Amino acid sequence: MSEFFHRKLERSAIGFVLAIIAAASVGGIVEIAPLFTIDETVEAAPDMRLYTPLELAGRNIYVREGCYACHSQMIRTLRDEVDRYGPYSLAVESKNDHPMLWGSKRTGPDLARVGDKYGDAWHVAHLTYPRDVVPESNMPAYRWLARTELRIDDLSEHLAAQRMVGVPYTDEMVKDARADAYAQANPDTDGVPGVMQRYGDETQVRAFDGVTSQLTEMDALVAYLQILGRLTDAAHKNTAAPETSPQPLD
Amino acid sequence: MISTLTRTERFLALWISMAVSICGLALAIAGREDPLLIHGLLILLFGLVCSYIVMFGYEEKAPGTERLSLYYDEPIKAGVIFAMIWAVFGMFMGVWVAAQLAWPDLAFDAPWSGLGRLRPTHTTGVIFGFGGNALIATSFHVVQRTSRARLPDQLSSWFVLVGYNMYCLIAVSGYLLGITQSKEYAESEWYADIWLVLVWVTYFVLYIRTLARRKEPHIYVANWYFLAFILVVAILHIVNNLAVPVSLGHAKSYTVWPGVQDAMVQWWYGHNAVAFFLTSGFLGMLYYYLPVRAQRPIFSYRLSILSFWGITFFYMWAGSHHLHYTALPDWVQTLGMTFSIMLLVPSWASAGNALLTLNGAWHRVRDDATLRFMMIAAVFYGLSTFEGSFMAIRPVNSLSHYTDWTIGHVHAGALGWVALITFGSFYTLVPVLWKRRQMYSPALIEWHFWLALAGTLIYVFAMWNSGIIQGLMWRTYTEEDTLAYSFVDSLKAMWPYYVARAFGGLLFLIGAIICLYNILMTIRSPDKAESRDDVPHPADLALAGE
Repeated sequence: MSEFFHRKLERSAIGFVLAIIAAASVGGIVEIAPLFTIDETVEAAPDMRLYTPLELAGRNIYVREGCYACHSQMIRTLRDEVDRYGPYSLAVESKNDHPMLWGSKRTGPDLARVGDKYGDAWHVAHLTYPRDVVPESNMPAYRWLARTELRIDDLSEHLAAQRMVGVPYTDEMVKDARADAYAQANPDTDGVPGVMQRYGDETQVRAFDGVTSQLTEMDALVAYLQILGRLTDAAHKNTAAPETSPQPLD
Repeated sequence: MISTLTRTERFLALWISMAVSICGLALAIAGREDPLLIHGLLILLFGLVCSYIVMFGYEEKAPGTERLSLYYDEPIKAGVIFAMIWAVFGMFMGVWVAAQLAWPDLAFDAPWSGLGRLRPTHTTGVIFGFGGNALIATSFHVVQRTSRARLPDQLSSWFVLVGYNMYCLIAVSGYLLGITQSKEYAESEWYADIWLVLVWVTYFVLYIRTLARRKEPHIYVANWYFLAFILVVAILHIVNNLAVPVSLGHAKSYTVWPGVQDAMVQWWYGHNAVAFFLTSGFLGMLYYYLPVRAQRPIFSYRLSILSFWGITFFYMWAGSHHLHYTALPDWVQTLGMTFSIMLLVPSWASAGNALLTLNGAWHRVRDDATLRFMMIAAVFYGLSTFEGSFMAIRPVNSLSHYTDWTIGHVHAGALGWVALITFGSFYTLVPVLWKRRQMYSPALIEWHFWLALAGTLIYVFAMWNSGIIQGLMWRTYTEEDTLAYSFVDSLKAMWPYYVARAFGGLLFLIGAIICLYNILMTIRSPDKAESRDDVPHPADLALAGE
């Protein structure tokens, strides 16, 4: 009987097309649509800060260089990961991330909480030539970051596009994006109070690459790495215990 | 090439090429301060080269109606060559990237040669360049033969093939320039994505038009798979790539999906790119070339139905197994795991159907390396789908995720299944297309087979070892209940496996180069063989003449 039905179906190209669309649509609709409607999907975090224009520029460099291919930013709810990297990641921590950078492979360690774990100088040395700092490392060298000037003239457009996809940047943030990026890496300039006022008192303002004469891609990338895991305290306040992985010797 | 187009088609082809050039120029002007400038110029150049080729052949004699009594195979020939060129390029990039992991200084002091930029050129080069061209070429061949109808026109198929290769070129060159959305296997930016939609809609319409002209009452099973491949890839591509460009003068865009939803959409895409690009499409290939080569009918029609609808329905639920133990809600993880395990049934139904088809033809498998390629491909398909369902189980995934085991699994599928079925199909297809009695050198096919098999096994075993060692080292505790190994300890333990992996990949690459050489020599060989049977149904003539 079912075979008879199928013999009829496969005589019609359009019927077959519609059947494929119907069969293939169900899974995606059932799994994706509720993620937007079920409130518990993303936790509340009133203290959540936004990426500053400089950090966003750094994030874009992280994307451009494909760092996500070897570094995850998603600590799983497993005890050994929590012991190694810190509290496991919550959905709210990436709620303003377009795109998310959870990653899928750890050729290098997870970076979800790397912010403030090392000093700026360590990051600069490490990115310039990783084996100077970690002799066993197989990470590529990014020497040119420190000698490449950061493009900041279009940062307002970047923030405006981020706002269009749902990140709550204010008009003022969009308008002053370029000046804010410059000020965040130049602690002695007039723009600094504005940055703190717009992005919060915990915003880190300093010459990230150690040089104030020029705003480089190194400044932006280090600023971004130093904020990872520090936009909200929600994960540190979360008290649910992680799971213990099955141990091979048990 | 141009000589097979009608006058009207030449006019249209010229018009399309000019339009592409103008779009390229517009992008270059709008993006003059952005890396988009280079892509604008590349598109302009591509359009101009196409215009030149069309103009060069514009005045050639137009084809007569006698063309309608033959299948239209010109774009298929080009597709086979493109696929093999991409294969050599993509696999070379793979070997380079693999070598960089063992010897990290194997790069230039320039942004483009870093691992993060090279890796997507490897994945895109092999999946979309090699795999995509192979699928387009074989689908054009299979749909004509199984429908006993010619493609409805000459231009659409060229638009699909050339347009698709322009997409691949923009994508791959973009990664070297640092233009990427970071979505794995969908890294290309908004303008390339829009272009791919145009190409893909044309592909779908062409396929349906050809099926509509079929002289067989039933649509053959290979076409079900090609249809599912074309349709579902379109849905996945559009949903995953919804994004807002920074401006029309920027290559950069931001995806509309935030955080956790983005992760779900990305892996719904990512896993189903595996399902509908790398599985459905290639099963379409298997369902035609394997029975043709073995000279045996497909073992079971019922199994074909079961596995087709099982794959089409179940796969779309499985993507969330890429996100076990993450911030994705547990209920989605559980659903993903459940459906991934159920997927084993239709997957093994397909693999079993393929292997049982060979019953009665095992002596051919022994003697014919081409058929052996397809047999081993079916075995690897069975193995890697079992491994996939296994790795989707949460506790197993807690060990395997983020490690090289995943890479090993992907390559068991990509090398062992996708590439081997393609090579087997090409060795069957090439003599038919160029009307030769057989391939130039059966001995080279034999060499290719053993190189490919050895390369795959070395690669996969190296990654199984490294992945499991990595996973175990990360979770091992000392007696004092502290972590036993630092991350760097685990990295040091990987070195011998990274060397072995690069070596396995190199063997596979050498095999692909031999394959390209063998195909080119077959085309050059004078050994013509005319087949009178390989023509469309005579009734097709009347229809096509309308």
